[in-house]
Amino acid sequence: MTRLAPILTVLTVIVALWYACVVWLNAPWVYDQAARAKTEVALAQMVPLTMAQDRPVLPAPHQVAAELKRAVFGLAPTSKKSLVYHAGVTLSATLLGFVMGTLFGTLLAVGIIHNRAMDLSVMPWAIASQTIPILAIAPMIIVVLASLGVQGLVPKAIISAFLSFFPVLVGMVKGLRSPDQMQLDQLATYNASALQILLKLRLPASMPYLFASLKVGIAAAMVGAIVGEMPTGAVAGLGARLLSGSYYGQTVQIWAALFVAAIVAAGLVLVVGVVERVTLKRMGMSR
Amino acid sequence: MIWLTAAVVIWGAAWALNVRLSRSNLMRHRMGRLLVPAVFGLTVLVVWECAVRGLGVPGVILPPPSAIGTRIAANLPTLWGDFMQTFVKGALSGYAIGCMAAFGTALAIDRSPFLQHGLLPIGNFVAALPIVGIAPILVMWFGFDWQSKAAVVVVMVFFPVLVNTMAGLQASDRMQRDLMATWGASYPQSLLKLRLPAAMPFIFNGLKIATTLAMIGAIVAEFFGSPVRGMGFRISTEVGKLSLDMVWAEIAVAALAGSAFYGAVAMAERAVTFWHPSQRRR
Repeated sequence: MTRLAPILTVLTVIVALWYACVVWLNAPWVYDQAARAKTEVALAQMVPLTMAQDRPVLPAPHQVAAELKRAVFGLAPTSKKSLVYHAGVTLSATLLGFVMGTLFGTLLAVGIIHNRAMDLSVMPWAIASQTIPILAIAPMIIVVLASLGVQGLVPKAIISAFLSFFPVLVGMVKGLRSPDQMQLDQLATYNASALQILLKLRLPASMPYLFASLKVGIAAAMVGAIVGEMPTGAVAGLGARLLSGSYYGQTVQIWAALFVAAIVAAGLVLVVGVVERVTLKRMGMSR
Repeated sequence: MIWLTAAVVIWGAAWALNVRLSRSNLMRHRMGRLLVPAVFGLTVLVVWECAVRGLGVPGVILPPPSAIGTRIAANLPTLWGDFMQTFVKGALSGYAIGCMAAFGTALAIDRSPFLQHGLLPIGNFVAALPIVGIAPILVMWFGFDWQSKAAVVVVMVFFPVLVNTMAGLQASDRMQRDLMATWGASYPQSLLKLRLPAAMPFIFNGLKIATTLAMIGAIVAEFFGSPVRGMGFRISTEVGKLSLDMVWAEIAVAALAGSAFYGAVAMAERAVTFWHPSQRRR
């Protein structure tokens, strides 16, 4: 309870600030309408009017909540207006990209550990690759892959994979190097091969690092999937919802899509966290 | 066929060279250590060129590096204009505002453990969210010019920097803080002389993460509306025209700018946190 109280306080302050901003940002429109209708609005009338607009500059929290409820529970999950459908599309691309990125990052890390030339030549470029704003070239990747006949899930997943491989690579390089010299020497006295050392010492020792990176990686994969959906002409997915919302000025729809994205991202990180706790406990590494 | 064989041969030769280089005495010097990645990067470019020519890949799918190079040389003024619009006006100003705001917030709530306990989990949560999603909203609010891009960047960099600064301010040891207390140090004194220096590695960690986020934010925000210049604008329109060499030219500029930005922050880190174990010469 003592841990929850400060969080709830901060959340309450944020919601209060949000309502204040709603009144502040939407008031000009109310006054504008009143001026056109040649009527006066008192302050007490103005405030509720700012919270009940169809296309507000900033929708009030309860408007977003109502839209969320309608779009998540009010419609069949297969309907194209349902956010569950769009979240499912984004989620599948996220997960596929996350798995690809994790595998690629781990393989690269294993190579870097065992080969000094690879360590020296690949690592700086892996860092440089992350300064390329991949999200910015997502449209090109999708157009190019579409012209090669690759469509649907895979192009989005590739963008997700590109974003999620880097945290895994950095974490795994650190993790695979975490066993200390004494342990490595011990395995050397057992005449263990490089493969055996990898499987029996390095991989188990890297688990805490792996999970820390996976949490960052899955959040990054989600961002990649959302941005990957934007340039495809807004067909399906949360990114497409954001884009079509921005084209048609449907602010409530944008915010609802944003909240679903936030909830899904938080859920994914939570799932990884639970798997982490269970795994580390069984391996006797939990702190 | 000749091109493909050349690609394979060059790849093998360069890899052998790198293996030799990485075992040689050159690795003791800093410049020598730069040699290996440089050779690797050059090889990738050459192999790319050979593969594109050998396989006859059309330019609308993957242009060869030479075509991209000529495009860059021919379009320097355009690229420079895009760079100024997106990087200097959008990303840099947003980065400065966002980082300072986050730093200020962290200092402001430093004396209230209550607020910290509340903000830290929320900050961690928000830092993991797909914040890029607010780009359309902010473009709607702040208009199409660089102000909206800077606003997106501010929101994107704020939480990573805030969380890292808050964690950094907790980083000094109990013992060290007690020592400051026994010397009768006031709050600002112990903040300036002990806790801020101790927080610097964490703060720079946040600042480095924020550099890439700033680039991404500024470019992605341009997809939702921008004046007729800017890297994101150029990329999306040139993709539409299928002139991919221009897109790759923009990517090269973006990567160069991003790497330079990251490098500048890393150098500042090296200067400020020279005492930290991770900065020691190996």
